[in-house]
Amino acid sequence: MNVVRTGALIAAGSVIGRMVARKIARRREPEKKPRWLTVTVNAPLDEVRAPLDEAVAELDVETRLAEAPGGRGTEAGARLRHGPVDPAPVRRLAGKDPRQDVRRALREMKSLVEAGEVVRPDEPTTGKRTPGGALVRLATRRAGGEGRL
Amino acid sequence: MRAVCWQGINKLTTETVPDPVIRNDQDVILKVRLSTTCGSDLHLIGGYIPAMQAGDVLGHEFLGDVVEVGSAVRKHKIGDRVVVASFIGCGRCWYCANDLWALCDNTNTNPGIASMTYGFEPGGIFGYSHAMGGFRGSHADYVRVPFADHGAFPVPPEVDDRSALFTSDAVPTGWMGADLGGVRSGDVVAVWGCGAVGQMAARAAMLLGAERVISIDRFPDRLAMTARHIGSETIDYSATDVGAELRERTGGRGPDVCIEAVGMEAHSSGPHHLYDQVKQQLRLQSDRPTALWEAIHACRKGGTVFVLGVFGGLVDKFPLGAVINKGLTVRGAQQHGQRYIPMLLDRLARGELSTSHLATHELSLEDGAKGYDLFKHKKDGCVRAVFDPSRPTT
Repeated sequence: MNVVRTGALIAAGSVIGRMVARKIARRREPEKKPRWLTVTVNAPLDEVRAPLDEAVAELDVETRLAEAPGGRGTEAGARLRHGPVDPAPVRRLAGKDPRQDVRRALREMKSLVEAGEVVRPDEPTTGKRTPGGALVRLATRRAGGEGRL
Repeated sequence: MRAVCWQGINKLTTETVPDPVIRNDQDVILKVRLSTTCGSDLHLIGGYIPAMQAGDVLGHEFLGDVVEVGSAVRKHKIGDRVVVASFIGCGRCWYCANDLWALCDNTNTNPGIASMTYGFEPGGIFGYSHAMGGFRGSHADYVRVPFADHGAFPVPPEVDDRSALFTSDAVPTGWMGADLGGVRSGDVVAVWGCGAVGQMAARAAMLLGAERVISIDRFPDRLAMTARHIGSETIDYSATDVGAELRERTGGRGPDVCIEAVGMEAHSSGPHHLYDQVKQQLRLQSDRPTALWEAIHACRKGGTVFVLGVFGGLVDKFPLGAVINKGLTVRGAQQHGQRYIPMLLDRLARGELSTSHLATHELSLEDGAKGYDLFKHKKDGCVRAVFDPSRPTT
């Protein structure tokens, strides 16, 4: 019986020890920051600075600008100051990933600078409700804030 | 207004839907004169390309008259007769500025959907699902055209509607295959598919200097039409070994440029077709690449294969080894119509191109489902079913 109790204590101690060690190691790791989200705007840097500031004025982000190589215009980036590095898919589906607002703002700014407007899709024609249509509607509600940036 | 709408897989109806409205300052509204079916629509109708909603209006190849103009439109006025590129381009992003219009950065309103499949999203297109922007199609009395200064082109008075219609998509797509496929003087060019795009690719290859052009299909009426109107040699793939036939006709080398104008629902006469179809139906692959596979094998060493047919996703057993070991250049694109349409309208006006023969069937919008049935099953020699909204119901 004592042997069993001793074994259980050792096992429990080992598990707790590993947990503590992991927590300490995690504290020592440098804090991961959210990734920069970036668009390349086909315009000189001076024409992008003010629109970028305006686009992200309501967002808690830092920004950066750089000339793109090969005469491709200006790289305009924004990064959340705080926020999840990699939010769970369920948050993205629910529209609660703060990166979605950043992507949307960057894309809209780029379109305004380059094309003078943000194109809007047509209104749906019938509004008939089908299971497949519900999935498409969910996807289109999120699609402006998703994708590769 | 009336419009041909997708209602579910293989289910089309003609419905009364709200008229389109100006939603951006650079839009125009067109009263549609003619709008044609396209092979790529069949992938949407059959459910191979998802992201359609019940009620979505089909159609992306059309011409019409301007009836309303947004406040920022500079090049068009009410009454202009224009043909419209099927891909929508903003005209000012890096891709549009470099004549890669189908890749426009600013016209796909749902970038998150297509980028899941392709890594990045292509530009928007009329009537081609919410993955491609959610724009209504042209099989309707009216259609909204965003960025009209860049995508709508006046039709010269000497070009009739039936000829101009196909410069919206089929002609520039075919031209692009020959142009970006690098066809040069003296080349032998093989084109898989004798639909409208394949015929136009063959004609473009000739005009760009190819010495011989060989078109491949299995339908006798399409082969005969191609020989008569385009003037290319033909091969009926159901009656012969295409690879052997091409080697025999090219001194054993194979064609210099192979243009695939078939796409993701290709057919072949062997057991390979059944195998591919089973895999596609079981969703082990999304596309059947039979013609592309054949083109890669048939192409001469160091030649070019251009993929014009629409592919949606993934193929199985792609012959990458042949690409590497034969030193092939493989290239593909959706159509950069704005790059070619003005030049093509000029060539039509000068009589260098002939397209009106492609409109084998003309129907009213009320016959939307019938038109696609004729077109899909190639009934009655149908090459293209064209909808004329002014036409009374048959």
